[in-house]
Amino acid sequence: MNATLKKIFAKGGPFIGLILVIVLFAIPDETREFFLTYNNFKIIFTQTVIVAIGALGMTMIIVSGGIDLSVGSAIALTSVVGAMLIQHGWGTPAVVGAVILSGALIGLLNGLAIAGLRMTPFIITLGTLGVARGTAKWMADNQTVNYDTSPINGWMTTADPFSHSLPSGVWVALALAILTALLLRNTVFGRHIFALGSNEATARLCGIPTTRLKIAIYALAGCFFGLAGLFQLSRLRQGDPTVAVGLELDIIASVIIGGASLNGGVGTVLGSMIGALIMAVLRNGSQQMGWPTYFQEIIIGLVIIVAVFVDRLRRAPTT
Amino acid sequence: MSAVRLRLAGIQKSFGATRALKNVSVEIAPGEVHALIGENGAGKSTLMKVLSGAHAADAGTMTLSGQPYLPENPHDARLKGVAMIYQELNLALHLSAQENILLGAESTQLGWVDRRASRERARAALAQLGHESLDLDRLAGEFSIAEQQIIEIARALLIQPQVLIMDEPTSSLTQADTEKLFATISRLRQQGVSIIYISHFLEECRQIADRYTVLKDGETVGSGEMKDANLDHIVTLMTGREVKDLYPRAAHTPGAVVLEVKTATLTRFVGRGLSPTSAAAAASSSADRNTGPACSLQLRAGEIFGLAGLIGAGRTDLLRAIFALDDLKTGEVCIVDAPANRASPRDRWQQGIGFLSENRKEEGLMLNQSIADNLTLTKMGAFGRFGLINGGRQREIAQRWVSELRVKCRDSAQTIGELSGGNQQKIALARLLEHPARIFLLDEPTRGIDVGSKAQIYQLVSELAAAGKAVVVVSSYLPELLGLCDTIGVMCRGELTAIRPRSAWSESEIMRIATGSA
Repeated sequence: MNATLKKIFAKGGPFIGLILVIVLFAIPDETREFFLTYNNFKIIFTQTVIVAIGALGMTMIIVSGGIDLSVGSAIALTSVVGAMLIQHGWGTPAVVGAVILSGALIGLLNGLAIAGLRMTPFIITLGTLGVARGTAKWMADNQTVNYDTSPINGWMTTADPFSHSLPSGVWVALALAILTALLLRNTVFGRHIFALGSNEATARLCGIPTTRLKIAIYALAGCFFGLAGLFQLSRLRQGDPTVAVGLELDIIASVIIGGASLNGGVGTVLGSMIGALIMAVLRNGSQQMGWPTYFQEIIIGLVIIVAVFVDRLRRAPTT
Repeated sequence: MSAVRLRLAGIQKSFGATRALKNVSVEIAPGEVHALIGENGAGKSTLMKVLSGAHAADAGTMTLSGQPYLPENPHDARLKGVAMIYQELNLALHLSAQENILLGAESTQLGWVDRRASRERARAALAQLGHESLDLDRLAGEFSIAEQQIIEIARALLIQPQVLIMDEPTSSLTQADTEKLFATISRLRQQGVSIIYISHFLEECRQIADRYTVLKDGETVGSGEMKDANLDHIVTLMTGREVKDLYPRAAHTPGAVVLEVKTATLTRFVGRGLSPTSAAAAASSSADRNTGPACSLQLRAGEIFGLAGLIGAGRTDLLRAIFALDDLKTGEVCIVDAPANRASPRDRWQQGIGFLSENRKEEGLMLNQSIADNLTLTKMGAFGRFGLINGGRQREIAQRWVSELRVKCRDSAQTIGELSGGNQQKIALARLLEHPARIFLLDEPTRGIDVGSKAQIYQLVSELAAAGKAVVVVSSYLPELLGLCDTIGVMCRGELTAIRPRSAWSESEIMRIATGSA
């Protein structure tokens, strides 16, 4: 029995964590009435979209043994790009394409610097964190970029409490999560990402073009970050160069809570998505409890530490 | 010599089932340079670790200047008067020479470093070595390897050691620097410091040592005065062991040349002098300063080519250069039937060449991934269409190798890090078999694995050659090379000095060439 229990724990660690936080917030009197309702979960899902899409790209990067600290800035920059293009009268499909491409460009530059200059991803992306943020402010002339209206604005709305459908952003995130999971598990590209993160020397020895692979990973993840920027734009209905400060930490935390290892070679899309949900549930629940934001920050910080510690415990006996 | 500085008697040390030291006894007088000689794996390093306090002996006694000597750890050993200079230098390269010399023994006043007193002590230690002029304020990383070694020795002298242990001190020195080091050692000897000098290079030992002890398989097999010693006798002592009947001899007839290395100079050895005994060195020592020692070889289909040599002689460097993992300084690697300009590990696999790393854990395998992924990493694309992998087929093929090589595991989806070393090695080798390779570069294929797996790997290699594959085997275990290979080449300090058919080699002959004692 102990073995089966352990197996359940090992397979579904993050999932158990998610159930646990949901149950915790469902019990108190303050939240009982509203917390476990469909409408509340609609809000939670919608609040998860941006972090979740970012976490998809980040999962690929962290599994490959890298890290990207510039996500928050990339989201701000791409949302500013999107807002400016709407101002210039571009059509919606063109705006979507351009925003994703601008994210890919930032990722490509990160990848080129990391693989080409053989520098650690931490340093390079710490640099681009500042560069992208500054560029966003420069382009936006240090203020928000406003536009009249755009169909994009409707993709993240939960304003209509009588509508039962989830906003399209949630569906996009879900579809992308399935695609990314398939990519990581079932394609040559995905298996090579695991190989690179697990042991770069082995990957090189086995003839995997590690330089090209790294560039491709950061560029593809950049597409995801651009898309996250698009949904950021949709949520705010304006381009804000100061948005998403520190969001990279939420995104990285989601991936880590989901069971990925910062050493590379370990991580799943499902885990990262549950990690993103845990963060959103914690935020949502804390707000309903009426806890101040600093208290939320403390709790989320502690959850990250506990999650990784538990994760290490359940992995310990196997290696 | 009546007085004894250090006496070791009946030292034993086991690691699990492996008896690293069975019965070692050594006696060293004050002011004596004592050479400790033995093959790779004879127990020299273990003995030094016992002496320097890194390991505790299981049995036996050690006395230092008449007192029982039982070091608790390397620091304690140092305080008791036994200091060690490791082969790999231990300097903090970003600190100055002075800070390095005084590391862990700084002069302080009320917790503040006393710079003046520190400087005087560092100066004194350097003066003892005859190197007063060394710039104490320069960063350690800016000094040459030879000067860094001086800094390391000065650090050891700071606490007035009675015994100084030097492990392969000349392995990364040029000939000229070696002479300077010998002058330093002679100085220390006159000051009464006893020195244990570990080296594979017998000529060096004869030049510098007063007495010697030979270790073989964890036992003292001989000792005596260096001036009476016959080097051939020492080599026989080092290697004299029986070859067990582990090695299958399937008939293979070498065919056409499939791979050729033409006067290749390995990057790590550029500018290093040729071995002093080489005839070429005498002829063109000045011209070789910029090029360094060279390697040339021809590999034929159906041939097992053994590469012998001491650790650090450049055998792994040569294999890595052939596999295009490292660049060559000069010369070239020609693969028959392959364009010469295609040289990367990726191209090598496509050309049908496989490489088995000596470093299973750090380079050979992805320890936290599955057996199937590890086995098929070089040809993931072959398992499906449009970049999509058919995981079932991948695991099925892996499973076939698992049963064929009798790998002990749950199934091919198991994480490879959970297997034993021997089973891991079989999977690492199966990667080359499955690819499939026609030229096998095997670096220490039997290192750290059990005897059963060893015999299986010998059998496999022999069958490969019989099937017309070409195999290069690097090994530090001579009976293995002599038992398995058709041709053996011996490397010494980056140079492939001699290539002969197996029948022309004996263990002592290989050791003689490998140690540069012509």
